[in-house]
Amino acid sequence: MIPGDVITRGNYRYGSYIEKRGDEYVALRVGLAEVSQEGVKLNPLAGPYLPRADDQVIGKVVDINGFGWVVDINSCFDGFLPASFVFGREFSPATHDLSSKFRIGDVIGARIETFDRSRDPQLSIRGEGYGKILEGEIIKMSPTKVPRLIGKRGSMINLISERTGCDVQVGQNGVIVVVGPPEGIVKTANVIKMIDKEVHGADLTGKVEEYLGGSSSGS
Amino acid sequence: MEAKRKLIREDGKRLDGRKWDELRPISLEVGLLKNADGSAYIQWGKNKIMAAVYGPKEVHPKHQVLPDRALLRTRYHMAPFSVDERKNPAPSRREIEISKVIREALVPAVIVENYPRTAIEVWVEVLQSDGGSRVAGITAASLALADAGIDMRDLVVGCSCGIVDSQVVADLDDTEDKEGSGDMPVAIMPNLNLVTLLQVDGDYTRENFQKAFELAIAKGKEVYAMQREALTKKFFGDEAPSSAEMEESA
Repeated sequence: MIPGDVITRGNYRYGSYIEKRGDEYVALRVGLAEVSQEGVKLNPLAGPYLPRADDQVIGKVVDINGFGWVVDINSCFDGFLPASFVFGREFSPATHDLSSKFRIGDVIGARIETFDRSRDPQLSIRGEGYGKILEGEIIKMSPTKVPRLIGKRGSMINLISERTGCDVQVGQNGVIVVVGPPEGIVKTANVIKMIDKEVHGADLTGKVEEYLGGSSSGS
Repeated sequence: MEAKRKLIREDGKRLDGRKWDELRPISLEVGLLKNADGSAYIQWGKNKIMAAVYGPKEVHPKHQVLPDRALLRTRYHMAPFSVDERKNPAPSRREIEISKVIREALVPAVIVENYPRTAIEVWVEVLQSDGGSRVAGITAASLALADAGIDMRDLVVGCSCGIVDSQVVADLDDTEDKEGSGDMPVAIMPNLNLVTLLQVDGDYTRENFQKAFELAIAKGKEVYAMQREALTKKFFGDEAPSSAEMEESA
C-alpha cells in the first residue's frame, strides 16, 4: 500500500494510518495492509515515533526544571517526567533535589502515562523495570519496525537474548539498550540492523535463527 | 530576438523529436539520503532534482508554532551550477514564489493535523534545471514525504502543459518554456482527483485552456504510475505483489 491506495471497501473497523472515505478504506502511509474479520489494519513501514499511552520508551534526560525532567524520547515531542511521580505526593521543589535522582544525560526507561494532541507526553517510572539505566549499549532502529523485533508475544526478542546471552530492553520509540558480553552486543546490533533493513521478507525468524546459529552453545 | 524560430518541425514533431503529447523521459528513485527522514531524486528530461524531508520535529523559532497542526516549510532552491550561467545562490524572487506554490501544492495531501506543534521541512534542490522544474520538484517532494512516513491522503504529482506555435503540447522543456507562448504547470492528487496547483501564463483560447488542462491531468496520471513504481520498489523491492496487495484485488 502507498498513501492514497484503497485497501478495501465495505464496512469494517479500522485502525491507525487509515482513513475512511465513503465505503472505501484508504491507506495514509506506505505499509502492509491486513483485512480480516476484526477489521482493516495497516502496518506502516516508515514513520516517526508518535507517543501512545502505556508505551514503554527509553529516553535521555535533556533538561531539568523545578518540577521535573525533560526527556528526549526520539520523537518530535519531548517527554516530561514530573518530579511528583518520582518523589511522591509530598514533593516540593524546596526540599527535594531533582538532580539527585536523574541528571542531564542519564538514560531512563519509562512509560508514557498520558499523551494527547494538546500537550507533550507525560512519563512515569512507576513499575517494574523502569527508571535509570546504568549500563548497556544504545541502539536505535526505525520505530515502525519495533513490533517485528519483539515478535509474536516476545518470541523474537526472547530468541535474541537467549542466543546472544544479552539482556535486551526495547523501547517502543525505537531505542534499544543491550547489556551483556561484547560479542553478544555486536551480534544483537547486527540482528537489529537486519530487522530494520528487511522490508517484509517472510520467515524473518528463520533468518535471525540462521545468523545466530550455533552461538547459543559457542559463547 | 530575430525572426522567431519554429518550435514545431515540418513533420509535426517538436524540436527534441517528441510528439505533441509526449513526456520527456522520467526516472525516480526514493530514499537516497541517509541523514534525511525521507528523500527522493527525480530526473525529468534534463531536470535533476533532489527532494529531502526532515521532521516532524520541534518548531524553531517557537513563535511560529501552530497549536493544532504541523507547520510545513518548503524551500525550492536552484544550485549555482544548475543553469548555463552561474546563478547567485541567494534565493531569488522566483525561487521564493516557487517555494510558496510547492508548499501550497503539498499541504492538502499532508495530514498536518496529525502532527500538532511540529515542523515538517521539505527541501527541493535543483541540481540541473530544465523546463517544468516546479512540477518535477513537487513530484519528488511528495515521494520524499511518503518515504518519511508522514501521513498523507494521497501523493501529489505534477505535469506542465503549454502553448507552442499556437498548439497545445505536453511537458514543455526549457526552450519551449522560454520561446513558447504559454506555460501551465498543474499538480494533482491523482486518487482524489483534486487539483492542488494551477498556474497559467500566456494566451489561451477557451478551447486551448481546456485542452491543456485536461492534457496536464492525463499526463500527470502517467507520471503517477512511475511515482508508484519508485515507491513500491523502495519499500517492497522487485518482488511480486505482497500478500496485502493480493488481498486488495480479491
